[in-house]
Amino acid sequence: MKKALEQKLGLVDMLEIKCPYCGDRSQNEFSYGGDATVKRPELNSEVNDLEWDSFVYYRDNPRGKHLELWHHISGCRQWFKVHRNTATHEIIQTLEMQEDL
Amino acid sequence: MAWRDPEPKKEYDAVIIGGGGHGLATAYYLAKNYGIKNVAILEKGWIGGGNIGRNTTILRSNYLHDANNLFYDHGMQMWKDLSQELNYNVMYSPRGILNLAHSDAQMNAYSRRGNSMRLNGIDASLIGREEVKKMIPFADFTENARFPIFGGLLQPIGGTARHDAVAWGYARAADDLGVDIIQHCEVNGFDIDDGKVSGVQTSRGNIKTKKVGLCVAGSTSILAEKLNMTLPIEAHVLQACVSEPVKPMLDGVVTFGAGHFYCSQSDKGEMVMGGDLDGYNSYAQRGNLPTIQHVLTEGVALFPNLSRLKVLRTWGGIMDMSMDGSPIIDRTHIDGVYLNCGWCYGGFKATPVSGLTFAHTIATNEPHKLSLPFKLDRFHTGHLLDEKGLGTKTWIS
Repeated sequence: MKKALEQKLGLVDMLEIKCPYCGDRSQNEFSYGGDATVKRPELNSEVNDLEWDSFVYYRDNPRGKHLELWHHISGCRQWFKVHRNTATHEIIQTLEMQEDL
Repeated sequence: MAWRDPEPKKEYDAVIIGGGGHGLATAYYLAKNYGIKNVAILEKGWIGGGNIGRNTTILRSNYLHDANNLFYDHGMQMWKDLSQELNYNVMYSPRGILNLAHSDAQMNAYSRRGNSMRLNGIDASLIGREEVKKMIPFADFTENARFPIFGGLLQPIGGTARHDAVAWGYARAADDLGVDIIQHCEVNGFDIDDGKVSGVQTSRGNIKTKKVGLCVAGSTSILAEKLNMTLPIEAHVLQACVSEPVKPMLDGVVTFGAGHFYCSQSDKGEMVMGGDLDGYNSYAQRGNLPTIQHVLTEGVALFPNLSRLKVLRTWGGIMDMSMDGSPIIDRTHIDGVYLNCGWCYGGFKATPVSGLTFAHTIATNEPHKLSLPFKLDRFHTGHLLDEKGLGTKTWIS
């Protein structure tokens, strides 16, 4: 309870991320993979420059809830999704790659 | 007071959003160079409370690409006279910046960078291990050093300035020219008619204007959303820290080349240190300890005697990380809305030249020749300015 409150208020020394496969682990074991909502244009379809550039360079960059990719690089080496608040660093939920919010 | 605390007027010729270094400088040059004096700076908090008060005060123009060299070195020339220009001591100190190299390959890369600087008229010298040893004898020159020092690239006129004084100096000078500095005034929306801006909605009422300049660094995407714009920018937290003060030991700025760590000593004696981003999207203006530990581990690898110092304080600021690592100074698709953002973690040194070129863009509705390479459409035309070749993983840099 106290830990959850501290995390919500951002009063933590480090992030504790719940890997869907390994459970709660220290942030030291993970690397970041960026915005998980970015969708690559469909293969074998007409893609104009604007769509492609948006996919490569443009980000919503929200202040608040952000769905993002993380990699348990010093653990099970699985990629997964983290739903996290960029204003408080609170981690709301973690999901496997095929799962959606 | 060094500047007035005016009530917002109903209308201004130009409104600058963001009372940080770049916003204050932009307003100053609008008034001084372009005669546009009916200008308001709208600041959500207090002036100088963002990244201008949170950086590690380093000045440099040691780039590889011509566009960066020419732009930042114009800024370096402006720093020389800034105290006289503003009649405010910004404590400009060209104490030299030394980028250390830890391999032959890195010496070659620095040689190329130094040559690029010299071709652009910027003094730079490649120095060997023995010369470095004379400059920083307390660095790890032992046989056991994990990353032995091979030499370094020195920019003699690189250095530091007093960051807060830069904000205060520009604020007072802009105020003297008639600019209204309006603090505790948050912009909540924009009035756009037929693709033209006609005003801004603020927490202190609506203000009419035909020109709006955004200088809000880490908050750029938040305001852009109110303009229905998405940008090639991510917000990331960058931390810095200072040690307890010690007697003078380091007279210049030194960067560690085998990782990301840089260090200088403040006039109070504190070792001022910084390095990597925390590495995940953040608007929190605070980071956490793993990154500090990582950065200081590099620091101790370079300067073993740092291990005996206590960290006095750490803090964080929000960087507007652009997708190619270079800034954006440009018009937008909305008439009268101008964009100044994407400074990554290199914004402080650019304060004067950013203000100058952005004021030019706002006043003339045309890019300044120095900021021409920093146009927003480069992400569509492919003319990226990726100094480090890192690509779009902004958090890696």
